[in-house]
Amino acid sequence: MTVRNYSLLGETAQEAITKGLAAAEWYHTELSRKEMKALMQRRDGPATRDTIIWLGAMVIFAGVGVWLWPSWWSAPFWLAYGVLYGSASDSRWHECGHGTAFRTQWMNDAVYQLACFMIMRNPVTWRWSHARHHTDTYIVGRDPEIVLMRPPDLFRALLGFIGIRDAWLALKEMIVNALGIINAEQATFIPPDEQPKVILIARIWSAVYLATIFAALYMQSILPFMVIGLPRLYGAWHHVLTGLLQHGGLADNVTDHRLNSRTVYMNRLSRFVYWNMNYHVEHHMFPMVPYHALPALHAKIRHDLPEASPSIFAAYREMWPAVKRQLRYEDFFLLRELPPTAKPYRAELHELAVAKIAAE
Amino acid sequence: MSLWVGACMVDDIDSEDVIRFDHSGKAFAIYRSPDNEFFATDGLCTHEQVHLADGLVMDNIIECPKHNGRFDYGTGAVKGAPVCVSLKTYPVKVETGKVFIDLG
Repeated sequence: MTVRNYSLLGETAQEAITKGLAAAEWYHTELSRKEMKALMQRRDGPATRDTIIWLGAMVIFAGVGVWLWPSWWSAPFWLAYGVLYGSASDSRWHECGHGTAFRTQWMNDAVYQLACFMIMRNPVTWRWSHARHHTDTYIVGRDPEIVLMRPPDLFRALLGFIGIRDAWLALKEMIVNALGIINAEQATFIPPDEQPKVILIARIWSAVYLATIFAALYMQSILPFMVIGLPRLYGAWHHVLTGLLQHGGLADNVTDHRLNSRTVYMNRLSRFVYWNMNYHVEHHMFPMVPYHALPALHAKIRHDLPEASPSIFAAYREMWPAVKRQLRYEDFFLLRELPPTAKPYRAELHELAVAKIAAE
Repeated sequence: MSLWVGACMVDDIDSEDVIRFDHSGKAFAIYRSPDNEFFATDGLCTHEQVHLADGLVMDNIIECPKHNGRFDYGTGAVKGAPVCVSLKTYPVKVETGKVFIDLG
């Protein structure tokens, strides 16, 4: 059984480079240039509409929450505000970080900065971390964004639903960065020229949180934190619920996104909050395609992909037994069946046959 | 010293698009702007050696298909992270419907 070391500075990182898994050439479903060009086209319309709805709803929910505070009648409004602050910000951070949500770049940058603040991810650090995630998706020792490691830490995953661990780590990182320190792992993927920006953002955010603390002390109330900061905890559940499904229980150390990513059909509300990232195989295979074109991309390449999970519930029903099994045997993973119309997995590259037999 | 090499025909590239051109074991990217001007750069992104010809041309920008890094394909200047190093550009001329790039 392979023991996994997820440190970006450990031996496994070097091993991944030696094996040719780092910055490797990944499998892509074939699409004509004409089709790809049409799918990649950027538009401002859909993201402008969604951003107005997103921020408008936040203002309304927070406004009613403040108005009804401290009555328990305010609770449902805070819960709704929380999901938009602590979960929808995750997908906005993601899409605007790719620069695909809007055609106009300053709009991507503006929403990216706002979403980063809400989700507590330094916009510079996480831009580089996410670039690595796309280069080396679920390559152990290379990908800094592996959520469900093996063996899975279920307590940590559960804590994610209330954001406590993530927020605590983010606060610590913010304070360290604000003191002018870039840690060794960050230095592996953030170029030296970009590191001063990490520090500047951390200082600005620290000032915002300090102002919130002073406001709370002045008002003798936690109300300012209900608006800024705490929704990262009480509204985190949706982005963790959907995010765990992206790669959970699937293969690692492979170079075919059909093996390590999952597409799940979801209800319209979750798709709005998640900005269509439920089409996750498609997104990883073609990160240039904006969120609003992912359903069209899915329709064009689904013949070459494992069947999409029909719902969030069905996806968890598939993932949970695999995750449980990984507690005892961390090499186990779900090998999802391809339709007859698909090109086969490149088993010779991934030692899938060996791993599958061993797992069984 | 100039070394003009025929890369493609004008009609091989759609308006606001890019194609790949290989010469002497090296990849280049040939662009046609929305104004029907032609440009040429190195074919691989300076970030992680991905072919830019699979990327998206928007106005004067080429966006890398892997990490969405951006360059101005007219000047090679960096226009968006995660790219940090500019792209090498090459002079281009069009003669009798054919696009030539200067590799000299």
